[in-house]
Amino acid sequence: MATPSNVKKHDVMIIGTGMTGMAAALFAAQQRLDTVQAGITGEINFASGLLDLFGVHPVSRGCVLTDPWRGLAKLIQDEPLHPYAKLEINTIRMAMRRFVDFLAKADYPYSFHPDEKNLNVITPAGTIKPTYGVPHTMQKGAQALALKQSCLLVDFKGLKGYSARQIALALAHRWPNLKTVRLEFPDLSGELYTERMARSLEEPQARKKLAQAVLPHIENASAVGFPSILGVYRTKDVLQDLERLLGVNVFEIPTMLPTVTGLRLREIFEQHLPAMGVQINFQQRVLACDHLPGGHFRLHIGNEKVNCHVLAKAVILASGRFLGKGLRADRNGIHETLFNLPVHQPSQRSGWHHKDLFHQAGHPINRSGVQVDKYFRPANCQGRVLHEHLFAAGSILAHQDWIRQKCGSGLAIATAYAAVKACKNLVD
Amino acid sequence: MILFFLNICYSPKISAYSVAKKISIIRKYVSQVKIMGVHTKSLFQGDFMQTQVLIIGGGVTGTGLARDLALRGLDCVVVEKQDVNAGASGGNHGLLHSGARYIASDPAAALECQAENRLLKKLAPHCIEQTGGLFVAIAGDDEKYIADFPDLCSKAGIEPQAVDVQDAREMEPGLADNIIAAYAVQDATIDPFKLSLDNMACAQQMGSRLLRYCRVAGMEVQNGRINRVIVQDGLTGKSFSIQAKVVVNASGAWVGQIAALAGIKIEMLYSKGSLLVAQNRVSQRVINRLRPAQDGDIIVPGGTVSILGTTSERVACPDKIYPEVHEVDLIIDEAAAMMPVLASTRYIRAYCGVRPLMGIGSGAAGKDDRSVSRGFTLIDHAKSPHRVENFVTITGGKLTTFRLMAEKTANLVCRRLAITAAGQTRTKLLPNTVDARWTEPGLAPNMWIRKNDPNDILLCECEMVSQSVVEELVNSIKKLNARPGLKDIGLRSRIGKGPCQGTFCSQRLAAYLYDRKHLDNHQGIEELREFLRERWRGQQPLLWDTPLAQAELLEAMHCGLFGLELGANCTNGCNTSNIDQKFTLSRRHGNSK
Repeated sequence: MATPSNVKKHDVMIIGTGMTGMAAALFAAQQRLDTVQAGITGEINFASGLLDLFGVHPVSRGCVLTDPWRGLAKLIQDEPLHPYAKLEINTIRMAMRRFVDFLAKADYPYSFHPDEKNLNVITPAGTIKPTYGVPHTMQKGAQALALKQSCLLVDFKGLKGYSARQIALALAHRWPNLKTVRLEFPDLSGELYTERMARSLEEPQARKKLAQAVLPHIENASAVGFPSILGVYRTKDVLQDLERLLGVNVFEIPTMLPTVTGLRLREIFEQHLPAMGVQINFQQRVLACDHLPGGHFRLHIGNEKVNCHVLAKAVILASGRFLGKGLRADRNGIHETLFNLPVHQPSQRSGWHHKDLFHQAGHPINRSGVQVDKYFRPANCQGRVLHEHLFAAGSILAHQDWIRQKCGSGLAIATAYAAVKACKNLVD
Repeated sequence: MILFFLNICYSPKISAYSVAKKISIIRKYVSQVKIMGVHTKSLFQGDFMQTQVLIIGGGVTGTGLARDLALRGLDCVVVEKQDVNAGASGGNHGLLHSGARYIASDPAAALECQAENRLLKKLAPHCIEQTGGLFVAIAGDDEKYIADFPDLCSKAGIEPQAVDVQDAREMEPGLADNIIAAYAVQDATIDPFKLSLDNMACAQQMGSRLLRYCRVAGMEVQNGRINRVIVQDGLTGKSFSIQAKVVVNASGAWVGQIAALAGIKIEMLYSKGSLLVAQNRVSQRVINRLRPAQDGDIIVPGGTVSILGTTSERVACPDKIYPEVHEVDLIIDEAAAMMPVLASTRYIRAYCGVRPLMGIGSGAAGKDDRSVSRGFTLIDHAKSPHRVENFVTITGGKLTTFRLMAEKTANLVCRRLAITAAGQTRTKLLPNTVDARWTEPGLAPNMWIRKNDPNDILLCECEMVSQSVVEELVNSIKKLNARPGLKDIGLRSRIGKGPCQGTFCSQRLAAYLYDRKHLDNHQGIEELREFLRERWRGQQPLLWDTPLAQAELLEAMHCGLFGLELGANCTNGCNTSNIDQKFTLSRRHGNSK
């Protein structure tokens, strides 16, 4: 299919709409790059909405970090190949700041530890997870846990996988002052879905009914914890209103994936990025790519069939790992799906996973991925850059285990930031 | 302690009075005699129960024996260190052999298989799907074996029907183009879980007892008799002892370890067999490769899936065995030679079992394990060189011959007890109990759809298992023992067996069990870990393509979000790295230049 020569050439094409792709699009727009983006927007729904920067190091000893910044300094020494090790600490800090500033302006502020340490958040399994930043809706929960305040945890008949009793009992030895109550969710019955509940709480009437149901159970509790359902768009209003009606602090607890906290990020990006000039191809993928003279690209975009072509001077590959379809494995090996980039990987399939799911070292396959140079350009094993105009960021990168290191969001945001910066220098 | 026993033994059919009478919680005392296998300074101290026959092992043989003896009016206790069918009884392909597989290597076993096959189809029809089977040869297979096949079969009483190659492909459209011979045989499939659970439920209704998670820790042998068997309850950590007139060692691959507790040496060979579950059912019939028994020569349909088998690998010990990547590859390659679609189909799970093969005097060491007899061995230890008069061991054999094994064992037990009651399992139908029905694929979805109750929420969406089904399972487990856990419910239902491999249903089940007050404090965290570890055993060698993406999501939620790996103590020593850490770059790159 020929492309007419008068078709506009964009500065950068961002492939992927997970955390990394969204962050890259944001930074690219802020850098005034003419940006196009494509990807299936469901991907970010699987983000937990917690901003993990760095939570565990070294993984093999399962050491939970209280100070992620000190941990990062250590990581850069211990794992020089880690994507974080290609960055200055200040670059990581700057990237995080820009990202959360954007969210705050979008009326969805995140909260952090006053000393820039990790916060502790409780999970539906009744465990405690270290993370760096939480949506403002979770702030008072982290605070209540730190102070061991007496709290009432609310759950709902029909919402499966979320039991206040489970959380309270599993945490009893670390947080004894938890009470629980199970309520019917106003005006919904049968099986409940968090997205539907969150959308319904956007309405003042529903909040009033919910507060009326909760009030008799508060007694001496100084805060009330709900599953993450406190609105999709107007979370500040929902939270303030519920606190006013209940007369105590209110906070959210993460739910199983996919989460409303991930959905909110999606909605914010989908709403704001186009306004910032990013051309997003919703629900479409880059299916193939041609290399043009001068290192530029022609990208074939569509679902099963190609719908359109985009010309771009540079590409940022933020297509994720196996779930995001950036990587694909068959019985014989792991491949990068779009450019067929070399993938650093264990030499045999028997070396991909440990026999124990929870093996302390983490599964070697999780450290497989695309290797890059210091400008985040994919390179072969000798370190030779394969395309001057191609950059990669996020979880597709090799030498990291974002799940075990609890660094998913930080890695996405910081490497996207660095890739955009390098891309900007190139395009200029 | 009294409560603890009542819990174990509670069964609605037995009155409180008879329970109290039966378990005779008589006294606490300090034993002065030698207890083998218990390495504690303070000799055993605790409560004990009495029974006529103690059966060690809750597999098909042990549970089948419990029913056989109960039908003859005997009182039995079955002790099982894990749960029903935890060993080879659960780790097989659920094949009711026609016998034709063994015609060359073991004609006697072939004969037993075909006789039991006919009998079980009449007596346990609800556990059996009469699929029929085909033996097919493909171009390049041993032509002499193909030519000899009909004669060898008829010598074992099996009458295979020659099928035209064209007709075979019409019967099973998935068969490869290069089939050169086909024979139809009377294979069928059998649900081993339903079989064992039904056998046990039947024995329990007549007063027998099943103690799960109870490990035999020692035996007190005096004057050539086992006085007491010391058992440790894995859930409470407490020990108690059981006095029985006869002790039957039906522990499958573990008979050597159990016999050693009575001072008896049994030499065993352990042959691991791995199997794969394909997402779809690729054939209506059992498909066998028409060649001398080898790795990867059978495809067994089971409900909506197909099971591919099997490997044979000598292992040193029956514990800590895993299906390995190289076995998976071999099975897929061999099965795809018969049915090409299997090269690209999605696989849900791999699993393995250990065949208990007798090593005594067979000179089999070093030879292919397939040449070791698949017949069973019944040992009367009253006649062993090291005489223990009230001790019997039964091992070896096949799933297909379990009933015969139980019957022969029961005959010996009855002779020992001078009881003349005849066995009834040869003529009496196996009752279809409610407890066992949720292992059947497709049943839970049917019931759920028929019930159409919006409040009966599905906890497992892949296999459509709802709250009410879980509640029913919880109740049936409570009849057996104190606390229903995630793994117990997994064993008795399809939960966690669908494509998501437990990612979502595990936490939903944990939350539900907390809500119903079956879990307390932080039990649920360890239960989640154990449930997911168990599923992982079967997923781990099959992770490529979509299942690999699924596994990534599983880890993102259970490790990334819940942090379940933090503070997880590896219980079985597997945390030492078992894999080669070498990395390389994918070879396929370059077209991007």
